Amino acid sequence: MIHLILFSIFGIVCVAGAVNLLVQRHPINSALSLVVVMGSLAAEYMLLGAEFVAAIQVIVYAGAVMVLFIFVIMLLNAGEEEQTRGSRVAQLFGIPGMLIGSALVAWVLVAHSGTQAVPAGALPGPPKTIGWLLFHDYLLPFEITSVLVLIAIMGAVVLASPAQAIQQSKKER
Amino acid sequence: MVPLSYYLVLSAILFTCGVAGFLIKRNIISIFLSIELMLNGVNLSFVAFAAQWKAFSGQVFVFFVMVVAAAEAAVGLAIIIAVFRTRETLNVDRVNLLKL
Repeated sequence: MIHLILFSIFGIVCVAGAVNLLVQRHPINSALSLVVVMGSLAAEYMLLGAEFVAAIQVIVYAGAVMVLFIFVIMLLNAGEEEQTRGSRVAQLFGIPGMLIGSALVAWVLVAHSGTQAVPAGALPGPPKTIGWLLFHDYLLPFEITSVLVLIAIMGAVVLASPAQAIQQSKKER
Repeated sequence: MVPLSYYLVLSAILFTCGVAGFLIKRNIISIFLSIELMLNGVNLSFVAFAAQWKAFSGQVFVFFVMVVAAAEAAVGLAIIIAVFRTRETLNVDRVNLLKL
């Protein structure tokens, strides 16, 4: 019972944050409501017994990625978004589409999935098990993601540096 | 005891909110935030299924999704900075030409 209550509380906070992200005009407000969504999702992961995922959700997502977003929003001094004709058309079709789509998916999942209840803390597995899987069964994908992150860092540096800086470094060579 | 379908419904709501934001928003940073919201919805269903079938691989895949999302955020924000530097706008309706 307490599991269901906690699930509902954090689920409502989560959905409220997601809707607030859509409603807010200013990107910084959207970013902060996404932080709320991520925090309550971390609580949901704890309810499912996924401690490791909850920890990296808070540290990597809410900590690192969102700080990067907020840095960029402040760096570019992004203001309120301006309305154009295209966005009004998108609103007209997007909101009913979203409502119909989510109602349909919810109905199908609740009525026809035939799944059992998930007990609280269903996975007794400590992060040790995840580490074992990560470095044994999924060692190759893990190493590939490290290469991917390295490429992403270099790409970000090249893309974000001004064009003159790149030309200058070419001349120096 | 919460049925698995409740978790899946929550994840679907988050995903559809992300899709709607992707369609409605005109600020390029808000569009990017909506993509992150979609990734979070997918992660929740991964963890819920992992709990259902007691398969830890689901959590490992969440880890990979997060790594890819972090890499994507880094590169995407660098692209946003480059776009802003050349066009002085964040509105995607004004960024409709490849050539300056």
